[in-house]
Amino acid sequence: MSVGLIIEKCRADNRAALIGYLPVGFPSVEGSITAMKVLVESGVDIIEIGVPYSDPVMDGPVIQDAAVRALARGVRLGDIFTAAREVSGAGAGALVMTYWNPVLRYGVERFATDLAAAGGAGLITPDLIPDEAGEWIAAADAHDLDKVFLVAPSSTPERLAAVTSQCRGFVYATAVMGVTGARASVGEAADALVSRTREHTDLPVCVGLGVSTGDQAAEVGRYADGVIVGSALVRCLTEADSEEQGLEALGALACELADGVRRGRS
Amino acid sequence: MTTTSNVPAYGRFGGFGGRYVPEALVPALEQLEEVWRKAVVDPEFVGELERLQRTYTGRPSIITEVPRFAEHCGGARVILKREDLNHTGSHKINNVLGQALLTKRMGKTRVIAETGAGQHGVATATAAALLGLECVVYMGRKDTERQALNVARMRLLGAEVVPVDNGSKTLKDAVNEAFRDWVANVATTHYVLGTVTGPHPFPEMVRDFHRVIGVEARQQVLDLVGRLPDAVLACVGGGSNAMGIFHRFIDDESVRLIGFEAGGEGVESGKHAARFSAGIPGVLHGAFTYVMQDEDGQTVESHSVSAGLDYPSVGPEHAHLLESGRAEYRPVTDVEAMEAFSLLSRTEGILPAIESAHALAGAMKVGRELGPDAILLVNLSGRGDKDVHTAAEWFGLIADDGSPRLPDDDGAKGMGEQQ
Repeated sequence: MSVGLIIEKCRADNRAALIGYLPVGFPSVEGSITAMKVLVESGVDIIEIGVPYSDPVMDGPVIQDAAVRALARGVRLGDIFTAAREVSGAGAGALVMTYWNPVLRYGVERFATDLAAAGGAGLITPDLIPDEAGEWIAAADAHDLDKVFLVAPSSTPERLAAVTSQCRGFVYATAVMGVTGARASVGEAADALVSRTREHTDLPVCVGLGVSTGDQAAEVGRYADGVIVGSALVRCLTEADSEEQGLEALGALACELADGVRRGRS
Repeated sequence: MTTTSNVPAYGRFGGFGGRYVPEALVPALEQLEEVWRKAVVDPEFVGELERLQRTYTGRPSIITEVPRFAEHCGGARVILKREDLNHTGSHKINNVLGQALLTKRMGKTRVIAETGAGQHGVATATAAALLGLECVVYMGRKDTERQALNVARMRLLGAEVVPVDNGSKTLKDAVNEAFRDWVANVATTHYVLGTVTGPHPFPEMVRDFHRVIGVEARQQVLDLVGRLPDAVLACVGGGSNAMGIFHRFIDDESVRLIGFEAGGEGVESGKHAARFSAGIPGVLHGAFTYVMQDEDGQTVESHSVSAGLDYPSVGPEHAHLLESGRAEYRPVTDVEAMEAFSLLSRTEGILPAIESAHALAGAMKVGRELGPDAILLVNLSGRGDKDVHTAAEWFGLIADDGSPRLPDDDGAKGMGEQQ
């Protein structure tokens, strides 16, 4: 099922959707799935299931650190399907966020087949632009999967048109020029980018990069169809003294963010 | 559906290359390509680059025939293309001057670079000083330690050197960090990528800035011996010096093109950077090419005594030359490269960079295969001054604390005793 339908439902409730990122495999495969379920219980609508990768050029220190530790603890690419199955079973949208090489190595068609079978909704591809995505676009269309490509403040009108025409589910608008990580202010660039993107598409436009608090979620939720939070959630787990403490912090932050998107437009 | 990945497309060498980057960088890559393509047909740009090559780099670089070294190469004639004599000590300056001029044309004020051995970082710091650009160089922590002298050189030239502590702490991680900087600062910053990989247009553009190596060398060899060489040999890390010397010879079908990768402790040991022996096609740092990776697509760490060859991927045009059969690639181990390093030093009075020593070790093998009638052209891509510490440790000339170890000291093996 496309996550676009989940965002539609949120829109009918006059609020932005809340999208939360966690990498599979940290603190363990099982522990990461438990954490994803905590997000769902706390009001997160869509889970971005991250594939830990050795060379994450779009990620800041927090997500890099989690990826390194997950890989050191033996996470495998196949664990992503287990997580997708559990997350969709828990009632949330299960989108996988992955750099391109792991999918290429697994086999694009095979990956799409296995992801669809696991109940995954589709892929967010931070280093794959539609120009290079012919094989993925074909596989996603064949398996009824979402294709979430990114737009950035630097995107020209031509790029916005080209990228959004290939998206399904939503368009991922990166709020700032830079890598993932919490920022004091999300800035005006995000609002402007959402407006510019909407000139080219009727798809939902969700904003990520830099959101870490309920107030920021409320602010972004006023103009975006979805608010994406990653590093701030991951940090709850990587900086915790114990798994229990990590889950507690994670649940508290997710509730704060869920409250933020619910009061954003009221 | 707009494209299929099986069809050779724009920015590709056969099936290799492409542009696998965050969308945020696409406008900068489009701008770079536009400015570059206009510049190379603009007499003002071409004239300025040519002037800098002549009056700053010291081009054309000479060729040197090395008969005493050639005695160890099956008697074949061996001719070195002396890129080591360029200002800053390697071929890297060719590309950097071109990109620095483009940076000015784009109205950008800051350059960033990755570096392994430090040669590309030094060249970038040099060009930045020359043209008044701010310069930040990313370098893996492990490489800052084994190339400490080059770190000091870059800082003396006014550049900021940022040690990278992620991953394997080598060249690959320096590239990651440079990309992260670029995404955040692309409005003011040009990424002076140092080799023939990365997203389009870098592989083609960097190759073209180095193409002068082969253009000069081809004519110089013809003038010296009256015919083309039988083989052109170069070491291949990312592959810029190799593409630079290979490219002019691609249409000369009688000339074999042979690249030498870092075999490290031996391909079977797993500790190497022999991408064409043990890698498979995949995406790293913006290009579809050969990548050392595990079955989940995670990059595998490479190993080499040479920081400049210690990279798990390779330029996409090399992948194409391999698959099309036009070039061949072979691994050379650390031991073989250091033996060639020692040999050239002692027979010809030329200290090669350890990177280039891999090509020299290749010449020793290929010369023996082809025999005394053969003529080999070897790209001596850099000089070994930066490697004196590594080589002195390798040959036991200094103790662990850096103090000299004299021949009568216990444990000194010395370069002479090795032969």
